[in-house]
Amino acid sequence: MERNQLHRQVALMRKSLFDQWLLQGYLDDQFIQLEELQDDANPNFVEEVVTLFYKDSSRLLVNIDQALEKKPLDFTKLDGYMHQFKGSSSSIGAKKVKAECTQFHDYCRAGNAEG
Amino acid sequence: MAANGVENTKQMSALIVDDDTIIQKIHKVIMTKLGFKTQVVENGKKAVDLHTSGCSFDVILMDMEMPVMNGLEATKELRAIGVEAMIVGVTARSSETEKQAFMEAGLNECIAKPLNMEKAKSLVKKLNKEDN
Repeated sequence: MERNQLHRQVALMRKSLFDQWLLQGYLDDQFIQLEELQDDANPNFVEEVVTLFYKDSSRLLVNIDQALEKKPLDFTKLDGYMHQFKGSSSSIGAKKVKAECTQFHDYCRAGNAEG
Repeated sequence: MAANGVENTKQMSALIVDDDTIIQKIHKVIMTKLGFKTQVVENGKKAVDLHTSGCSFDVILMDMEMPVMNGLEATKELRAIGVEAMIVGVTARSSETEKQAFMEAGLNECIAKPLNMEKAKSLVKKLNKEDN
């Protein structure tokens, strides 16, 4: 019984966190869409998608970090990683992350032009 | 379980072609909820291979950017081998020229990713209309 209580509490905390992020503009409508897909047949849908997103992002950020160490910078590779990151961020509704990725993409294009 | 519920007794099938695991999951859940039997592959070549080995689907959700074979190439190949399913391009890129090129490869529709319930329902409506 205690385990169930804890599970419920975690779920409540998670919901509050996401509600806050929604209000603050970090998440957009796409996230609400994901919440609406959760139901009895897919009871942990949002959690599973968020977990996938964190895994994907970690991997991508490591790749990006490594790519940023190389001299000279491989803008095409960086842009590729950014594109993937942007795709994932859009899927989960991470509006601000998506905007930052677009900014990065512009820098990469400028970088390529200079190089 | 038929997508329409009333007239159709045969369950419709959807093929999801995308290398992004998040998109795969979202699209699979949406199409399953709409009553489709779904299958997922991660690149265009696997989509083509499925068809050449005899599988067929009512609708194909085709991502544009994928390794090995991208969505544009895969769509061209599928049409070339006579696949008549509804192929819906799903793309993160919003450039008009790229969308155009993708459409010309043989798509019925091109939509921005990700798919949501509303877009999916309107696709299913079009699919059912084409069947009649």
